[in-house]
Amino acid sequence: MTTSEQDRPLLRVRDLTVGFTTAAGDVDVVKHLGFDLARGGALGIVGESGSGKSMTSLAIMDLLPKGARRTGSIELDGTELTTLRERQMQAVRGDRIAMVFQDPLSSLNPYYTVGTQIAEAYRAHRTGVTRRQARKVAIEAMERVHIHDAARRVDHYPHQFSGGMRQRVMIAMTLSMEPDLIIADEPTTALDVTVQAQILDLLAEIRRDTGAGLILITHDLAVVSEVADHIVVMRDGDLVEQGTAERIFCDPQADYTRMLLDAVPRIDDEIGLLRTTTTEEDR
Amino acid sequence: MIRFLANRLLGMVVVLFLVCLFTYVIFFVLSPDPAVQICGKNCTPEAIDQIRANLGLDQPFWAQFWTFLTGLFTGRTYGTGVNAIDCAAPCLGYSFQTSQPVFDMILQRLPVSATVAVGAAVLWLLAGVSAGLLSAVKEGRFADRFITGLTLTGMSVPNYVLALTLQFLLVVTLGWLPFPRAVPFSEDPAQWFLNFLMPWIVLSIGAAAVYTRLTRANVIETLQENYVRTARAKGLSPGLVWRRHALRPALTPIVTIFGMDFAGLLGGALITETVFGLNGIGKLAADSITKNDQPVIMGVTLLAAFLVVVGNMVVDLLYTAIDPRVRVGSAT
Repeated sequence: MTTSEQDRPLLRVRDLTVGFTTAAGDVDVVKHLGFDLARGGALGIVGESGSGKSMTSLAIMDLLPKGARRTGSIELDGTELTTLRERQMQAVRGDRIAMVFQDPLSSLNPYYTVGTQIAEAYRAHRTGVTRRQARKVAIEAMERVHIHDAARRVDHYPHQFSGGMRQRVMIAMTLSMEPDLIIADEPTTALDVTVQAQILDLLAEIRRDTGAGLILITHDLAVVSEVADHIVVMRDGDLVEQGTAERIFCDPQADYTRMLLDAVPRIDDEIGLLRTTTTEEDR
Repeated sequence: MIRFLANRLLGMVVVLFLVCLFTYVIFFVLSPDPAVQICGKNCTPEAIDQIRANLGLDQPFWAQFWTFLTGLFTGRTYGTGVNAIDCAAPCLGYSFQTSQPVFDMILQRLPVSATVAVGAAVLWLLAGVSAGLLSAVKEGRFADRFITGLTLTGMSVPNYVLALTLQFLLVVTLGWLPFPRAVPFSEDPAQWFLNFLMPWIVLSIGAAAVYTRLTRANVIETLQENYVRTARAKGLSPGLVWRRHALRPALTPIVTIFGMDFAGLLGGALITETVFGLNGIGKLAADSITKNDQPVIMGVTLLAAFLVVVGNMVVDLLYTAIDPRVRVGSAT
């Protein structure tokens, strides 16, 4: 690997725009977004609902809903993803970029055992894998996300797991392929607070162990503060500001970021009205 | 699992008991006096009393019903002494018209109705599910709209109109199908098949339309599921996503309504069998209704109820096999 290759970011997004054509005209939900993710780095994309953060992640995976337009450039390790054919993109999904979704119950198919669903990606990307090998990979992946008694639980169905355990299964699913990049879209939103912390720890642990890059999408600043080293703040599809986590938290430049930070309840706060993120212009 | 089965079986018994009770009330208590009908024109009050006694109609209602129920399981004897007639279990009584045991009459006709039902079911399943899948794949496009229009027509055309129109077109005008003539399968399989073709088509059109709609709606809904997105995010090919993650959840509800529809059809297709002159249970029912042959009507009603209840039970059992969430007694 030459120095330039090492310096090259793992993911480079430039001028990314996602739009829909509606009866009321064209609407852009992501506008000219650009950011870099360093190799092994952790990027937090923060914003309210409707800010376009989830659309950004789906745009990277090329899994946008039907009828969506996507322009701009997305480079994974020097490979332009936007010009890939669907077939080539299938080879990227799951293998090089894996995704963890928000609601682990609805994101797992109720008709198949978790083992089958974990092994599925492995069997799709590796040719000549036997059922037994794939099962072994599934059990190993489950052990890596600290699911006890994995050899037995591999044959259980999603509804037999608790919420936190289901999210562990989802994460195990991404692990079997050793991806370069894991995108976690609100991975803790559907979970109890105590479980949230465990899942965040797990994500951090996996990043440390595998060296995979992580994009964490969340509306929760407390969550990003624990995991991300770089933060992108979005609002209504626009990039509000980006920078290192430290800078964003200690010295926010944009009013909106400041408001988001102020909206986080603090234990040492005076009790008063909840702060909102509405600015003067909105009124 | 055993507890689930026992519960279901118990429920089935209760439902069947109630069905027996209601049909008995309707056909023997609320209907015109059977004894008068059997007696005919030249009738004396003595003769009527005699018939009543023979049929057990002189007994109080609960006693009559009890004899009827036990007759189903152990058989019963009508009349006494030399005139006594033994009715072997399962005894549904004798036809007022032909004096044949009702159970035998039903048994004779069952193969025809079963043939009609199986053929129609195969047709409507194949047609309905494949048209529904096509419609879902081409959602919003011409093929989808065309199929949706077709299903609307299929659902709105009454069976008898379709039956008569088809008969007129295919047999009389175009001559594509031979005139129906009752032949057993072993004698002339081709003619046998052609005989049943029209009833199959007629019976399957309405159901196929419903199944098309159902399949389309289920598939479109399932494709929006988060787990389908997960499957795509894993890098599975579209074919695999479809086969494994969309089809199975989408087609499961079809099993439920199929079990019920099929069981209902086994109990006889009244109109279609009558129009095509097929000697099935539907025709038997139609004939006995016009002739007020109460034991036969009741026998057919009970059979239909029995089939639906059993069909329902089979569907429930199938469901536990298909949908892991319904599997009972699984550890959490």
